[in-house]
Amino acid sequence: MLKLILRRIGVMLLIMFVVSALLFVMNEGDPTLIARSVLGPYAQPEQLEAWVVQNGYDKPMVVRYFEWVGRILQGDLGTSVIYKVPVNEIFWERLANTGILAGITFVMMVIIALVMGVLAGMKEGSMQDRAISFISIFTTSIPEYASAVILAGIFVFWLGWLPGTSAMTGGFNPVELILPVMVLTLYGFGYIARMTRASMAEVMTSHYIRTAVLKGIPYRRVIMKHALRNALIAPFTVIMLQFNWLLSGVVVTEYAFGYKGFGALLLEAALRRDIYLIEACGIVAVFVAVATQTIGDIAYTYLNPRIRFN
Amino acid sequence: MAEITQGGPSVASPPNPIVQFFKGLFLLRESPVGMIGAFLVLSFVVMAVFAPFLAPYDPNLPQIPFAYPGTPAPDGGVFWFGTDQLGRDILSRIIFGAQRVLFYATAATLAAYVVGIMLGLMAGYYRGWTDEVISFIANVILSFPVMVLYVVIIAKFGASGANIILAVVFASSPGIMRIVRSLTLDIATREYVTAAQTRGESAWYIMLVEILPNARGPLIVDFCLRMGYTTITIGALGFLGLGLPPPDPDWGGMITETRAFITGGFPHMAIIPAVAVSLLVLGFNLLADGLREVALRD
Amino acid sequence: MTDQTPVLECRNLSISYFVRAGEIPAVVDFNLKLMPGESHGIVGESGCGKSTVALAIMNYMGKNGGITGGEILFQGRDMRTMSEEELRRLRGSKIAMVYQEPMASLNPSMKLGDQLAEVPLYHDDVSKSEAYDRAEALLAKVRLPDPGRIMGAYPHQISGGQQQRVVIAMALLSNPALLLLDEPTTALDVTVEAGIVELIKDISSEFGTSMIYISHNLGLILETCDRLTVMYSGEAVEVGDIHNVFDEMHHPYTRGLFGSIPVPGADKNARPLVAIRGQLPLPHARPQGCNFGPRCDYFAAGRCDQGDIPMTPIANSGAHAVRCVRAEEIDWDGHQVDAVGRDAVEVGDVVLRVEDLSKHYEVQSPGLLLAKDATTVKANEDLSFRAREAETVAIVGESGCGKSTFAKVLMGLEESTSGTVHLGNKELGKLGVRERDSKTVSELQMVFQNPFDTLNPSHTIGSQIGRVIRKFGVESDPKKIRQRVLELLDTVKLPRDFANRKPRQLSGGQKQRIGIARAFAGDPKVVIADEPVSALDVSVQAAVTDLLMDIQRDNRTTLLFISHDLSVVRYLADRIIVMYLGQIMEKGNTEEIFAPPYHPYTEALLAAVPIADTSVKKRKIVLKGEIPSPLNPPKGCPFCTRCQYAIPGVCETTPPPAREMSDRHVIACHLEEEELRNMKPVIAIEDAPPSSGTSAEAPEPVS
Repeated sequence: MLKLILRRIGVMLLIMFVVSALLFVMNEGDPTLIARSVLGPYAQPEQLEAWVVQNGYDKPMVVRYFEWVGRILQGDLGTSVIYKVPVNEIFWERLANTGILAGITFVMMVIIALVMGVLAGMKEGSMQDRAISFISIFTTSIPEYASAVILAGIFVFWLGWLPGTSAMTGGFNPVELILPVMVLTLYGFGYIARMTRASMAEVMTSHYIRTAVLKGIPYRRVIMKHALRNALIAPFTVIMLQFNWLLSGVVVTEYAFGYKGFGALLLEAALRRDIYLIEACGIVAVFVAVATQTIGDIAYTYLNPRIRFN
Repeated sequence: MAEITQGGPSVASPPNPIVQFFKGLFLLRESPVGMIGAFLVLSFVVMAVFAPFLAPYDPNLPQIPFAYPGTPAPDGGVFWFGTDQLGRDILSRIIFGAQRVLFYATAATLAAYVVGIMLGLMAGYYRGWTDEVISFIANVILSFPVMVLYVVIIAKFGASGANIILAVVFASSPGIMRIVRSLTLDIATREYVTAAQTRGESAWYIMLVEILPNARGPLIVDFCLRMGYTTITIGALGFLGLGLPPPDPDWGGMITETRAFITGGFPHMAIIPAVAVSLLVLGFNLLADGLREVALRD
Repeated sequence: MTDQTPVLECRNLSISYFVRAGEIPAVVDFNLKLMPGESHGIVGESGCGKSTVALAIMNYMGKNGGITGGEILFQGRDMRTMSEEELRRLRGSKIAMVYQEPMASLNPSMKLGDQLAEVPLYHDDVSKSEAYDRAEALLAKVRLPDPGRIMGAYPHQISGGQQQRVVIAMALLSNPALLLLDEPTTALDVTVEAGIVELIKDISSEFGTSMIYISHNLGLILETCDRLTVMYSGEAVEVGDIHNVFDEMHHPYTRGLFGSIPVPGADKNARPLVAIRGQLPLPHARPQGCNFGPRCDYFAAGRCDQGDIPMTPIANSGAHAVRCVRAEEIDWDGHQVDAVGRDAVEVGDVVLRVEDLSKHYEVQSPGLLLAKDATTVKANEDLSFRAREAETVAIVGESGCGKSTFAKVLMGLEESTSGTVHLGNKELGKLGVRERDSKTVSELQMVFQNPFDTLNPSHTIGSQIGRVIRKFGVESDPKKIRQRVLELLDTVKLPRDFANRKPRQLSGGQKQRIGIARAFAGDPKVVIADEPVSALDVSVQAAVTDLLMDIQRDNRTTLLFISHDLSVVRYLADRIIVMYLGQIMEKGNTEEIFAPPYHPYTEALLAAVPIADTSVKKRKIVLKGEIPSPLNPPKGCPFCTRCQYAIPGVCETTPPPAREMSDRHVIACHLEEEELRNMKPVIAIEDAPPSSGTSAEAPEPVS
């Protein structure tokens, strides 16, 4: 078990290494381009060159890469070109905001999806199953940017119940979170619900459920003790993967509602070619995604005795 | 020996992919959900193919700005879906937008499939280090949240049709690779594959002739789902301002250009393209679900 | 006995499944009376409805199954009128079931102890510790070693045989009145099966439990049951006391079934197997009148195809009844024609020479990152034998014996670790299939085991056979290839229009015939048949086996027949090689293998095979334990952990010497030659009863 955890962490570090190298080469491969993005479009070639030498960008790329990694590991994420301040000063607050949004969404989404998936899968082919299956396909078909405007039309324009933006200009306001959370949950829960349904339906037709029923134990116990545990093993990995999807949805949703989170920051950085900000956002996004997957994998082996004891 | 006297059904027709396709559609009639999906997708396909004939106006022609749906047009026609802030007919823009999104989604998904199938077959059939290398690269790409990947790539290389296709291939072929790989791992254990090996067939013959045709069921379902997902992606890039350059109609771009006017009293301008993209995606998802249901029954 | 209430009684029971196409009757008019302490066997081929009966008794038929008529009385009460709660109280306490797939029947994520303790906890209202104590005690009763450890284990941590013992223990925990066993040993190896059967027999005598034993294997039913019902296509066709049915069978289908299984003492030349012609009708396409009519040699138009055929009692034969209008009038002996006995084939020169062949695998358990711990699995160790032209050499062994690995090495899919394989003069041991020239490849071909995946479902039969012909360079002109395909279809006795069909339009037996056609397409010198009929129904097995042997004779092909089934092997092999954990234990002519001196493993294997013949008496040898994992085999003789003759201090440390008992009869054993020669025969045949079903029937002229 310990060996397995160490192995997973090793793979994670390897992925992080490759990803960081990719990001680095893509963004800092050509020093002149960095100089250009820092000094602006009107800088002369000599100025660019001087900047490159002055800031040590004339060293070989491998050396620069490891220096860069070293700085990141020490917590230095560089200076933002657009905001002219160290990335650290803006980045963490934005990330915390996204954490709030994603966290609430995640909890809502998983609860709704698991309940619906289990209810549908328990009675495969029933009305309740068909209804839940259709609803989950339907909501997964509405991308965040579409539901954002549709829900805004309904709740902001026609009903006037909710604010149309979530910029939190007057301090933290939970009401402004309602629409973004709704948008992300609506799009995201269907997939987990369908996976849970499929897994539950499969377990319900398995021979060991037949054994449990024919053992004469109460139906409630068959479901709670025998079916659920096995049925939730498979969706578990899907749920952990949702962190990855959630970070994607966050980019679109934050942009749609003007929410000051990390996704909006990444988009802004990318559009204005703010190299250090892109790198910081990219690395952290991948780190969160890979870390959740690693935790997911480890927990999965823990949940599944067939792997745990081999 | 007379096991044969009762036989199965009578003589089969020789296989023909086109016949099979329509047979597949015919089978779909058993699944109402799948039929709705097929209807939605086909409607948009017809719209895209016959766009120049179906669209009442030039999609980029400014006429009366801020017209509500149903407003009479200067030439005696009607702006059925109204016009946008520049006075362009929304219906015409939706129709031409369907053409663009379907073209790019199909091209990108097909290209991703070619790459994904090749790599998946190799990883699943050769196994060993080939598999390790391919799977590791796939894991690296898949560890990026997709939208982060798109934003970083498009921001770096610029927004153009070709770049969008390349980005989609880059981002979704690892997922296809994984599916093909696991199907291949399974199918490769079948005895007909061993039979082919024992008569000395080449690896590519086995992968393409013995294995791939038997993976088609799940792959067709996945293709439909991925078409839906690529449609969403193309819309999202447009919405974020990373899509196809204006002024050509692009559903995502239409939403982003007009959403500021929702609270100003013109929600239709953004909601109509939002509904259009949702319907097309719904069509793909329902079609996939119907195909899966029909495939499971047989 | 007569004044007792039956434990279970099925009266005119009919069960149907409801699918989109409509109602499919699975079981029609089924009657059964089971008295306390009695064991009743239900035997039949796949799709005959035998498992449906068991699940109907448990009232567990899924959402689309239902009882459409008749009643099921459990201790006199009609189960159909019981509420869900009453049924629940009955299930697992009064009626318990043992299933075919022990692994699938146990919850993979729950400890076995928890799964077992549930039974007393929910039925007997006992304390937790009492429930666990009872569970552990019963594990000891079903002779599981170290019950305490098993209580805390998960299902995948114990072997298949142990899993089945746990399932049996679970079924016995609340001392049920009725135990249903649905093919309880089908998934197990034969020596493990023997242990389970032994256990089941002891249970019935010790606990007095009534049992219904469902199986496709007549031999197992004979070993375990008092009475027997033979089912065919949803109906019981013959029912009676086991000896009456086995010795005085009256239904043509029962006779056919017995005629198509090999019995000891018969070989391929003296008595070919007699297959039942045709195939099972689909449930919605059953014929009028007798379901067996279209396949029956005694079919009488106007009588057998009219109305429902009732069960009719047979006079002077106990409670023996049969569903045949002509049961008492058929003169079995009068219309016997000796099946075409074949002359023994003269074997030719040596075609295949295997010398000291070993195949070792490195099994790597993932270590940290790239560091891996490797263990060596010796899948094949020092195999040596020769096979001659037109000879059938059988390789027999249970799972893990290395027979499939050996086939792979021979076919060039794996490279040998050491030793040589010569086909003619060519060395093939290190030559992968892609390095062999197409002539060599076509000379060494294979027939596979599983009819459902031997053919590629995406391509037509014609194109699949055609590909082989082209690949082997037999023909290259498309017209001639087509012609050759059609000829091959003739050879395997299938209609020519099958060339245009897809595999899913064929039955299992037909697919195996295509597999045979494919193997013989390039005029092979050696054909390896890996369990070619084990997945087929009994009545179809015989036809396919015979076909394979006919083609082999005609082409004077060497056949390597890999099997786990000694009775089939005895019937068709000239020479037999017995393998255990990758090594040859014994090899010799068929007669030498089946008569003393035996290798102790061969002896146990022979004793374990159930034989469907009341005149056969076997010596009882039940091996202890399970087959060791090939990952961790014993050091000396691989069989020493289970051998009843094991010599302490010798067998577990030193590999056994090969003792040549006669010219080509070799036994690898530490026992002295003298001791081996003194062994008693395992199988003894008493004088056969006057009318046994062991002879072939010919069609009776229909009046």
